[in-house]
Amino acid sequence: MQNHGIIQRLKSLVPTVKPSSLLGWSVFWGLVLLPALVWAQDAATQAMSVEYRDIPGLGSRNVVWVVAQQHLLLAGFVLGVPIFAWVCEIVGWKTKEARYDKLAKEFTKLLTSAYATTALFGGILLFLLIGLYPKLMAYLSDIFFPSFIVYCLLFLLETVTLYLYWYGWDAMQGNKKTFHLFLGFLLNVFALGIMIVPNAWATFQASPVVVAEGTAIDRAWAATWNPTWWPVNIHRLIANVVLGGFICGAYAGIRYLLAASQEEREHYDWMGYVGNFIGVFGMLPLPFAGYWLMREIYQYNQQMGITLMGGFLAWLFILQAMLIGVLFLGANYYFWMGITYRIPGSERGYRRPILAMLIVLMVCLGVWMTPHSLVASLEEARKMGGTHHPLLGVFGVMSAKMTVSNLMILVTFMSFIMYWRAGKQETAGWAKIAKSVMGALLVLAGIAVIVLGVWGYFVPAIIRINYFSVAQVLIVLFIMLTFTPLTAILMKSAKTTTEMVWGQMPIRAGYALVSNAVMVILLMSLMGYARSSSRVHWHIYGVMRDTSDYAYSPALGYAAAFMSLNTFVFCLLVAFIFWVATMGDKGKKTPDRKQPEPADIPAGVTPAMAGGSPREQD
Amino acid sequence: MKGPLAKTAILLVGMYVFLKFILPLFTAPLPASLIFLYLALTFASAMIFYTMSGGGLDEFMGPVGRFLTGSGQAGIAGTARILVFILFPLLVGWQAYTRLAPSDMPPAENRTIHPAPPGEFVGLANPYPRTQENIMMGKGLYAAFCSPCHGANFDGKGPAAVGFNPPPANFSDPGTIAQLQESYLFWRIKKGGVGLPVEAMPWKSAMPRWEVELPDEWIWKIIMGEYDGAGQSPRTWEEEE
Repeated sequence: MQNHGIIQRLKSLVPTVKPSSLLGWSVFWGLVLLPALVWAQDAATQAMSVEYRDIPGLGSRNVVWVVAQQHLLLAGFVLGVPIFAWVCEIVGWKTKEARYDKLAKEFTKLLTSAYATTALFGGILLFLLIGLYPKLMAYLSDIFFPSFIVYCLLFLLETVTLYLYWYGWDAMQGNKKTFHLFLGFLLNVFALGIMIVPNAWATFQASPVVVAEGTAIDRAWAATWNPTWWPVNIHRLIANVVLGGFICGAYAGIRYLLAASQEEREHYDWMGYVGNFIGVFGMLPLPFAGYWLMREIYQYNQQMGITLMGGFLAWLFILQAMLIGVLFLGANYYFWMGITYRIPGSERGYRRPILAMLIVLMVCLGVWMTPHSLVASLEEARKMGGTHHPLLGVFGVMSAKMTVSNLMILVTFMSFIMYWRAGKQETAGWAKIAKSVMGALLVLAGIAVIVLGVWGYFVPAIIRINYFSVAQVLIVLFIMLTFTPLTAILMKSAKTTTEMVWGQMPIRAGYALVSNAVMVILLMSLMGYARSSSRVHWHIYGVMRDTSDYAYSPALGYAAAFMSLNTFVFCLLVAFIFWVATMGDKGKKTPDRKQPEPADIPAGVTPAMAGGSPREQD
Repeated sequence: MKGPLAKTAILLVGMYVFLKFILPLFTAPLPASLIFLYLALTFASAMIFYTMSGGGLDEFMGPVGRFLTGSGQAGIAGTARILVFILFPLLVGWQAYTRLAPSDMPPAENRTIHPAPPGEFVGLANPYPRTQENIMMGKGLYAAFCSPCHGANFDGKGPAAVGFNPPPANFSDPGTIAQLQESYLFWRIKKGGVGLPVEAMPWKSAMPRWEVELPDEWIWKIIMGEYDGAGQSPRTWEEEE
């Protein structure tokens, strides 16, 4: 009754308006619903005060973890492949070898669908972050808004350039090829921009630089130029090349396993070689970039450095050693199989050097994987006098790790040099001297790296970090930068004694290529977790605390399960992208094209896929 | 014994004997986790080397294939094959039982030895100059308060050390205080074992909480004396003049 009275009184406020008229009803209901505006304002205020939202059953952190990791891996692929494709296109243009151009085009084709998928995951991630972490996102938006605009502009430019680069491929051959190469260059420049702008947001969370005064641009710029921004930029740039190379290798490996004709086998064998080559060459400087990043983190904050390298995340670096070790072994194994299978008759000659290199790699990996604090039972620990072994405990510190990683890089580089030289006879008069000098330099370099590593135990840490470790890196780089051109000059005048035969690699070579790609993805997932977890209970280290229900670091086993899940999901996504991108090719096959017969395979050559018949696979 | 598979088996047995029985003649025994790691790497090396060529792969995997399929396994070889098929599952079952059976032994641990220090201890610099007088005072304080456990030679072998498990830290080992900044030592001495954060569980440090007995000045000087006595330098970001 009281309500009725209120409405009657409200109606009495508008006596001049006939209740039947539209205007009258509008005013009437407007007045009736006036309190709703206050309620809405309350709701808006309440929404603004929400710090976190959760996804029941799954957990907001888990969902963001998976989506962010997928976005990052896809982004790595989308940014790595243009570098890969552009380099291949340049090689094809300079050497006039059409197969490089074909390879570059084949991979650029993947970019269009991969690009859309990456953007899709980026969009999902953004919505999730805004919805689940509104307070954090409001803070980040406040600081980085000018860079959001830059990011959008870069995205537009990247999209336009990518379309021109891909759709203009055939039209820009001949005289217009240089313009097409310029487009490829621009594509990579914009891609670099697209990578480094969000890197600023992520690195700001780890090593924030907060400036209270100045314009929005001043504050954004100060926050962008934080201590770990460029180390992460360089590390990710190189890692993207590695990812692009090894995914190309894995693609070639799978296509090789499915190849129905000798022609296809030859093409995908060669493509696998190129992918492995680019992956390995990217991988060689990667540990140096990683070391620089860790050094900056340590220098920025001792607490974060210890959490990563000596604290509860230290075990991740043992896992990292194992994954990198498997990657090095996989890449070398592929090179060595290449010598054995592609250069007939060379197996016997290279067996001993390969064995020597394998032993060095394994000893180095053994040292790299030896933890400082060993997993030991109470009885074992008592016998050792603690969890540090008195003899092997010395392998657990950085001086040993840096030494063996440099030696592994050196061995892998020499593996490639050996592959390059295999089946060729140098004809230059100075070849013998050059080879002796190279051999002597290699031995000296190896000794110098070991001496510096051992000496590193007896000098202050700052001397080891600033001089010895840098010297080790410079020695290895010196070898790489002198041996590569020297070998190139030697090979220019060399005569081929045994022609390289493509398409003869065994099926395990294809699996090795796939394994390498999986290892890289696992590594990126692992180190993504390490980077994110190093902030511990902070959204923005030392500035904004994580006060959600998830403000704890997940156990390593739990994290390892998520890394595996992320790797699996990403492999599925990439397989889907490859499948979609190559669907058109299958449709283009003319019906009258001669289908490969089993008899097309040369005598004595087993079909690459065991038990698979070319006719069935087609 | 010929062939890659037999050579691999010999290599693995040799490696195991070396790691398990010969190496401990010269140093402390290795934990099972490390022996397993090195054996796995040895096996991987043999696999890689022998499977690089088609012939090698056949030689390596051939005996395994023949054994599993029973091809040409007659007489004693055939009987041995059946015995292996019976004994192998039993061995796996025994292994599973011994792993799962209740035991009074605590599980192997991977305790965090170097947990990150709390924020208030990060970046602290030793406020006292590195003078001979301060170093000597630090060494004197070390002799009085620290050497019973950490040893007069800074090697973790003080008279009371035998009573602790894990033993006190050996400062002359380049893997201990040489890897740490002075502020880290200040935290560990001041707060002791009870001041360790959650990530360092299980707390296995008998280090007393020296803040209740020693003033900060003494702790800083003890740190100075420790580094000097152990022949180590603290981790810094600036080179000494």
